[in-house]
Amino acid sequence: MNEAQKNALNELGAYLELKQPDAVISYDVSDHGELTIGVAPSEIVGFVEFLKNDRQCQFSSLIDITAVDYPSREKRFDVIYHFLSMYQNHRIRLRAQLREEEMIASVVSVHPSANWFEREVFDMFGILFSGHPDLRRILTDYGFRGHPLKKDFPTTGYTEVRYDEELKRVVYEPVNLVQEYRQFDFMSPWEGAEYILPGDEKKEAKG
Amino acid sequence: MMDGTGKFDDVRTGEQQIRNFNINFGPQHPAAHGVLRLVLELDGEIVERCDPHIGLLHRGTEKLMESRTYLQNLPYFDRLDYVAPMNQEHAWCLAIEKLTGTEVPRRGSLIRVLYSEIGRILNHLLNVTTQAMDVGALTPPLWGFEEREKLMVFYERACGARLHANYFRPGGVHQDLPDDLLDDIEEWCGTFPAVLEDIDGLLTENRIFKQRNADIGIVTEKDILDWSFSGVMVRGSGFAWDLRRAQPYECYDEFEFDIPVGKSGDCYDRYLCRMEEMRQSLRIMLQAIEKLRAPEGQGDVMARGKLSPPKRGDMKTSMEALIHHFKLYSEGFHVPAGEVYAAVEAPKGEFGVFLVADGSNKPYRAKIRAPGYLHLQAMDHVAGGHQLADVAAIIGTMDVVFGEIDR
Repeated sequence: MNEAQKNALNELGAYLELKQPDAVISYDVSDHGELTIGVAPSEIVGFVEFLKNDRQCQFSSLIDITAVDYPSREKRFDVIYHFLSMYQNHRIRLRAQLREEEMIASVVSVHPSANWFEREVFDMFGILFSGHPDLRRILTDYGFRGHPLKKDFPTTGYTEVRYDEELKRVVYEPVNLVQEYRQFDFMSPWEGAEYILPGDEKKEAKG
Repeated sequence: MMDGTGKFDDVRTGEQQIRNFNINFGPQHPAAHGVLRLVLELDGEIVERCDPHIGLLHRGTEKLMESRTYLQNLPYFDRLDYVAPMNQEHAWCLAIEKLTGTEVPRRGSLIRVLYSEIGRILNHLLNVTTQAMDVGALTPPLWGFEEREKLMVFYERACGARLHANYFRPGGVHQDLPDDLLDDIEEWCGTFPAVLEDIDGLLTENRIFKQRNADIGIVTEKDILDWSFSGVMVRGSGFAWDLRRAQPYECYDEFEFDIPVGKSGDCYDRYLCRMEEMRQSLRIMLQAIEKLRAPEGQGDVMARGKLSPPKRGDMKTSMEALIHHFKLYSEGFHVPAGEVYAAVEAPKGEFGVFLVADGSNKPYRAKIRAPGYLHLQAMDHVAGGHQLADVAAIIGTMDVVFGEIDR
């Protein structure tokens, strides 16, 4: 990624900020040469439409919609959109921050391909997209409960399935682990481990 | 009465009342190329509506990746599109290399190109021949799989595994190629065009094959943009869009190859594109072999440093090397915090990884962008109005593999 390309992206970011001041909260070009725009969630549909139709942008292909969960933040979710312009040969990333119960407008009316992406984000994170024509679960099992990619959802899940020989059908049961799920702590003790090493608790009590 | 309403209106009016018929296609249908369940609404033989139910092979790859180190996550990528495993690994390695700012040594880069193209041929051979099987031909898969087997032997000789390679690593490739492997790949490149000619002779002018594919599943420019197609689904409609050329990664910019494009955007043109892409891949492979033999192509295959293990010999004599080896394979390396999107032109289209790193030894979030996911999504749009029998031809030509769609 050379300087000229970075400058072009910076210019594009400034241009968008000028044209769509309501939608663009911030813009940033990373060291890897990627333009990220912070977008106000309420303005998302209009902004995506602008990106698609504007002559300088022509971001006509939706590459991806996904979310990232930051449970400690007040605005818990980042909804991330990636777009590509096959005409101008550049990419862009949008980020909209959402609180946990907040909804975001669906962009299916602008990009039909957003349909399954939004279903997937709903399935995995429980984020609702208002105006989506068919917001069903997509990847998880029929009748699945919970949203697996939230950070507070355990990797093992809550239910497991097996075929029952007597009932002659598949049965769902609560997860029963024969062995503790292995999560190693690789932080070395002098780099800020937060647990108390065996023996150290005496010192704590004294001090 | 026949429509289940219990009324005799059609007798009185002389008009038949016909209800559309819903059928369930899959999930265990040989033409579904995996575990795809389609709910099809049919009006006679014509498909009115098509609702794909996916997720039957969902393994929670993205969730699992969050609790594993960067190196431990690499093998998951083999299991996405298991038809061309190394191309997927490539995207993951590129994402990590972008974040850590690692330069891949030239030899490692050339080996990656060589094996990415082997992967492309592996994929197209499977796709073209099994799609032909879906429309009635039996011989092409037998011939194609014979060649695939030879290519998998090349995989095995480089990394020890026929399918789940785990060969591309952040910073290069795991090991250098054995001495005679390049000669054997070159020899195979000499024999393969004849096999392609044979398959070509079986299919290209075959009357049944043309009747089943020509003018079926036409994709227009608007469809490409609306449904975010990539790869052959774009090129089959006359767009010369290829990430290897448009946004070159690795060292693709120094290779000479052509991008084949179709004219009408139907299943037949996509078949022709795939056949030609295999020939172009052969060209790239031959160039890569030549560059690997040149003096500039010698040297290490991996950037030595934090990301790569120390040499065996060093570990026998150096305590630091031993510690490094232990820490690399237990704790793993740390990736600086940041977000990055890395994409490669996988055989099926644009395969991308969106990686959010928080500075620890595990990815905070990794999103896998599979091309097949978007292609299958457009099934309702593309297959609508076609005959039921065409559904199999369209699924075949969309090149769906459920490892990557369901993740």
